[in-house]
Amino acid sequence: MDTIYPSLVHIVGEGYASFRREELFTYSKDLGTSEPKWPDYVAAPKTAEQVAEILKLANREKVPVVPLGGGMSLAGLALPLKGGIALDLKRMDRIIEVNEKGRYAVVEAGVSHGKLTAYLHNQHPHLMHSEPGAPPAATIGGNLAIHGQGDLAHPYGFNTDMINGMEIVLPTGEICKFGSCAVGAGWFTLHPLPDVGLFLGWNGATGIITKVSLRLFPYKKFREMEIFVVEDENLIPEILYELTHLGLTEDLVAFSSAIPPFSDRLHHVSINVTGDSEAEIELKRRLIFEVKLAKYIESGVGGIAAVSQAIQRPQVSKSADWKKGGGFEYVGSIMPVSAYPECYRRGAEISTRHHIPYTILGRVIGCGHAMMFSWSYAFNRADEKTVRHAREALHETDNIVMDLGGVIWKPAVFGQELLLAKMDVNTLSLMKKIKLLLDPNNIMNPGNWEVD
Amino acid sequence: MFKLQFDESKCFSCDTNDCLTQCQYMDIDPGTAETEIRKIINGEDSFVLHDCATCYACEEYCRRGNHPFYLIVQRQEELNILPLPDPLVKRGVQMGIPFRGEPEISEIKGTALNLGVFSNLSRFTQGRLFENLTLMSTDSRKMFHYFCQLMYLHFGRISVINDRLGKIIRTIAAHKVDEVVHFHDECYGTYTSYAPAFGIDVPFKSIHLFEYLYNRLLELKSDIRPLNLKVAYQRPCSSRLSPDKYPYVDKIFDLIGVEHVPREYVGKKALCCGGTILGQKRKGSRRLALELQEKNIDDMKKAGAEVCVFNCPACVDTLGQKVAQNGLMPLFMSDLCRLAIGEKAS
Repeated sequence: MDTIYPSLVHIVGEGYASFRREELFTYSKDLGTSEPKWPDYVAAPKTAEQVAEILKLANREKVPVVPLGGGMSLAGLALPLKGGIALDLKRMDRIIEVNEKGRYAVVEAGVSHGKLTAYLHNQHPHLMHSEPGAPPAATIGGNLAIHGQGDLAHPYGFNTDMINGMEIVLPTGEICKFGSCAVGAGWFTLHPLPDVGLFLGWNGATGIITKVSLRLFPYKKFREMEIFVVEDENLIPEILYELTHLGLTEDLVAFSSAIPPFSDRLHHVSINVTGDSEAEIELKRRLIFEVKLAKYIESGVGGIAAVSQAIQRPQVSKSADWKKGGGFEYVGSIMPVSAYPECYRRGAEISTRHHIPYTILGRVIGCGHAMMFSWSYAFNRADEKTVRHAREALHETDNIVMDLGGVIWKPAVFGQELLLAKMDVNTLSLMKKIKLLLDPNNIMNPGNWEVD
Repeated sequence: MFKLQFDESKCFSCDTNDCLTQCQYMDIDPGTAETEIRKIINGEDSFVLHDCATCYACEEYCRRGNHPFYLIVQRQEELNILPLPDPLVKRGVQMGIPFRGEPEISEIKGTALNLGVFSNLSRFTQGRLFENLTLMSTDSRKMFHYFCQLMYLHFGRISVINDRLGKIIRTIAAHKVDEVVHFHDECYGTYTSYAPAFGIDVPFKSIHLFEYLYNRLLELKSDIRPLNLKVAYQRPCSSRLSPDKYPYVDKIFDLIGVEHVPREYVGKKALCCGGTILGQKRKGSRRLALELQEKNIDDMKKAGAEVCVFNCPACVDTLGQKVAQNGLMPLFMSDLCRLAIGEKAS
């Protein structure tokens, strides 16, 4: 008799575990081109202790566990590639503390970005966190598990650069804390204790993030987006260099797409500017347009396409609408900003070959240290031919990333294999040791970051 | 190809050269004006082609109906002296390309209402003022099929207008309409000024929104309650193509009991909203646009205006927030009229 299901019910309670096919169906697919992969069970814990109990059970039974948050991942990262328990963390959604003066929030990992944004807007209107371009249902923990990035990426980097501490349930069931909270000193800093951070970017393969202290940042009263446009893609790196030198913007994104037509073969840079007064924001506009970008305007190669627009997050998901059937998936990469022109040219060529309107986007991370560059491919979910084209385009794009000296971001299994094949052998060996040490029975999200 | 019907002899015999001497953005004396006009007519380079703010006003300043602005834009294109940076021109031209399929054409009985490219503004055409009109298209995905194209006068691209306008006219005509009320001055100016100037046939009658509103308000006169507001009017550039309709502004204001405040920058001296100037490549354009906006709004405030009335969505986009920040309520003319008959603004 199956003992796992009753054990899960015992841990999380009636109604929060299931093995019914109609409920497992939801967890068998994501929104991308991956083939369905079915879990055997789904459980939705409420506490870190329940997570720990489930992991102990999984170790005893040698059953895989695949954690997921909002289920917004497109590349099969939260699909149960080898069956087992889908661990739905959305019930762990408490906002535990917001320290206004210390500018941080302690939240459970299943808190959605939309929930935290709304909470801060209502309760702490002078603070904000970095919300990614994903739908608001994407969770804090899920985003950290894939090294996500979002608003404020230009000044402050990846979202994983914006944490003060974490609580992790190890694959063997121990609950650990990292950062100042580990010595009972509150959740205000990740440093200066010895670095044992082995969990960010692992897609949950080394442990489950259950609690996070997120850094918060000033939320300025006046907020707007300016749009600058050029035709020559080769100008984008130097324009971003100029703007990152200025350092007065909250977000810098360059994009181009075949649809809508106004954007075709043109490169737009969205520049988010904020201030606590009209005078502050106008000062920033002047420095941007009349100092840094004036030479492009006056020589006629660049222009102000829009000013004082409402800020919109870059949402590559809109490209799903370019074909009938509403499907899309993208390859994300972390690239040098200087690679933008070649990324655009190669991506447009692949899109054309696969009969997909091209959509590309590069978001500056840090002070021009890198960019997250994405190529989106739309497909019709009801037309296998277009799905196949998109899948092939995605694989070809993974290869481009490696060719251009970049790193695939939140890679699917195909992309992970490309990265692992190219990885330094000693680093690979260390990853293997870490994985074996933390997850001796290889129960955590197997199939993802498999070092063998 | 369509050709501008421009009578050079009218310019050669003109004593005033108002088209350039009255320009508010270039300081041109009569002698210089005469010289530069001849250059432009002869297809030669002129500083006017470089420094033109593209405010359309010279179309109104010319007392002889000789389309100096259309000529300026034509020469800008011929000599590749574009006021805007090249990527903005390309972007603008591509923006008007329909990409969401063909419009659904239905036969319209009676008078039609054309929102042009601004189908998203249909909320401003609600209530009793508009109940006798049939909206030509409410599908925002199809709006570019109704886009009058006149915007490209700001882009130095007469050729784009002439390439596309015929199809737009055929789309509107396919609705079998006899009369069309145009919500935006720009559309009205396209079909009553630009098209005749280029010999383009328009098989329907165009009615200016303000003329329609005035006549409709007369029908609803018993319902009008004076608003007792002090208002300023932000005259859009395309209003210069139909100066004969401009008096309807004051006729409407008188009818609904609002005071059109006395201003320096009003009527022929109205200032551009700055939207186009801001993007031009001439050095200091952005600063000039901001200064114009400040001068314009200060003038409204000095005159005691409580409301800034708009007709052009682009002016609203450029100036709406700024007038609100300065304590004036931004309102479309249609909304102001709705308030006067006891309805709520959109």
